[in-house]
Amino acid sequence: MNEITKTLLGLISDFKADFKGAFNIREDSECAGRQSSENIKIFNKTDGPGVVIQVMPGTKGETVFIPACVTRSNVNDVAYNDFYIGEGCDVTVVAGCGVHTEGEEEAQHNGIHNFIIEKGARVLYQEKHIGIGEGTGERIINPVTYITMAEDSYMEMDSTQIKGVDSTKRETRAKLAAGATLIVREKIMTDGKQYAETDFEIDLNGENSGTHLVSRSVAKGESRQVFRSRMNGYNACNGHSECDAIIMDNGVVSAIPELTAHNVDAALVHEAAIGKIAGEQLTKLRSLGLTAQEAEAKIIEGFLR
Amino acid sequence: MLQLKNISFSVSDGIAGEKEILQDINLTIDDSKLVVITGPNGGGKSTLVKIIAGIEKPTSGRIILDGQDITDLDITERAKLGISFAFQQPVRFKGLRVCDLLALAAGVDAENKEEHDALCSYLHQVGLCAREYIDRELDSSLSGGEIKRIEIAMTMARNARLAIFDEPEAGIDLWSFNNLIDVFENMRQERERSILVISHQERILEVADEIIVLSKGQLVHHGAREDVLPELLGQQGCGFCPHHRKGCE
Ligand SMILES: Nc1ncnc2c1ncn2[C@@H]1O[C@H](COP(=O)(O)OP(=O)(O)O)[C@@H](O)[C@H]1O
Ligand SMILES: [Mg+2]
Repeated sequence: MNEITKTLLGLISDFKADFKGAFNIREDSECAGRQSSENIKIFNKTDGPGVVIQVMPGTKGETVFIPACVTRSNVNDVAYNDFYIGEGCDVTVVAGCGVHTEGEEEAQHNGIHNFIIEKGARVLYQEKHIGIGEGTGERIINPVTYITMAEDSYMEMDSTQIKGVDSTKRETRAKLAAGATLIVREKIMTDGKQYAETDFEIDLNGENSGTHLVSRSVAKGESRQVFRSRMNGYNACNGHSECDAIIMDNGVVSAIPELTAHNVDAALVHEAAIGKIAGEQLTKLRSLGLTAQEAEAKIIEGFLR
Repeated sequence: MLQLKNISFSVSDGIAGEKEILQDINLTIDDSKLVVITGPNGGGKSTLVKIIAGIEKPTSGRIILDGQDITDLDITERAKLGISFAFQQPVRFKGLRVCDLLALAAGVDAENKEEHDALCSYLHQVGLCAREYIDRELDSSLSGGEIKRIEIAMTMARNARLAIFDEPEAGIDLWSFNNLIDVFENMRQERERSILVISHQERILEVADEIIVLSKGQLVHHGAREDVLPELLGQQGCGFCPHHRKGCE
């Protein structure tokens, strides 16, 4: 594992070298470390790049780390990872991706994560994306997540992209069976000429399935963001999506919701609010002694916490 | 000591032209005093305290704090000189927690365990269970009364030289109301600090050292509680209207 990977790992996860559980560290399209545990097996895919993560039914309280790092320009990494989460599990998956460039050429990671979540299983999925390095080459991360949720399964997905990624297109597709719940919390900050696009499509197929999608983002400088969410309700279900964006300087944010109800008992709601920092919030913090700049920084820090 | 000298404030009111919200206010707030401003809705009370805090700029007149002319200082600079202001309508923040704001107010670090715990005492004083509220977000999940009390706690945490409270009683239940009176009484014990409270509550007026009556943008009364309160309570209708003596139209 090289030094840059170590730095990136520290930024996207709290992974420690002496970690006892299952992990797989991907570095510039190669494997820089792997370990299976008794309940979580990791092995190579046979039909392409990437790994299979198999979590045995009933596994509880374990964490598995699957980070990917691109440490130099001129790497175009593609990985297909399949996660099988057995019945009744309760586990945490820490993915995340760090991209570093030192040259003029771009560095890119395209990760396709496919989650099959069995009955009653619970998953907390965390992914943090970051770009670093002095290079002028674009740092690009395009994560794709497919989620298939069986009856009464539960997934929470926390995704964060705070710094240094020049271009990102995040695609998330989920299908929920009866009683399944998917919670997504997304946080994005873009600056300079960065571009970030997120695209969710969630099919609420089963009775009493539900999803709650919350996106908070800040667009500074000349950066642009697009938030797209499509929710399809095919049964008595609950879908709620929320896009809350702060724009600064010349930032541009679009929120494009699409709700389709195929059933009279499908309750689908979308809320979007885009605007600058509220003047009264700045006034309040300044009245506590903060300068306008300090107040702004504090408001954004809280907003994206 | 805070002095307001010939403070006027007007806004342009479309076709109607200028609208005078405050007219030539002259006022001195002495140290170690609890001063209550009262008067009818729309009289200009909130505007006056916003001018003191630097949130609004007066159209004319000067503001002097301890001999220093602060008229041209901004909100931050005045806060640093020790002006602290609890808004009539507290502001909500997505993502910032009660402890974050209390820490900013007290000038301590919310992530430091000891300092974090010390902030709890401010919540106790306004009758909130600290454990329940300290880590909550100051967002729309809090009720009006809760956020109002947190706003008051924040102003106390500032430990400021001049503490201003704009209608602190609004939305506060009876039990907390007793706390609130104690809060003002305790704050008054400390020397060299002044407290300015905008209130309509008789019980708050009763603990005031001085009472100011502001109506239709004019200061119609300023005096010791003993002198002003009986007259205020005896008056009916538009008794403190500035046109009172001329007869009100
Ligand atoms: N910036 C402003 N622009 C226009 N009108 C204002 C402005 N600020 C205050 N006012 C008006 O001034 C009057 C006094 O308001 P305020 O100071 O809030 O009164 P009070 O606090 O005594 O109820 C009200 O009629 C209000 O609508
Ligand atoms: Mg008012």
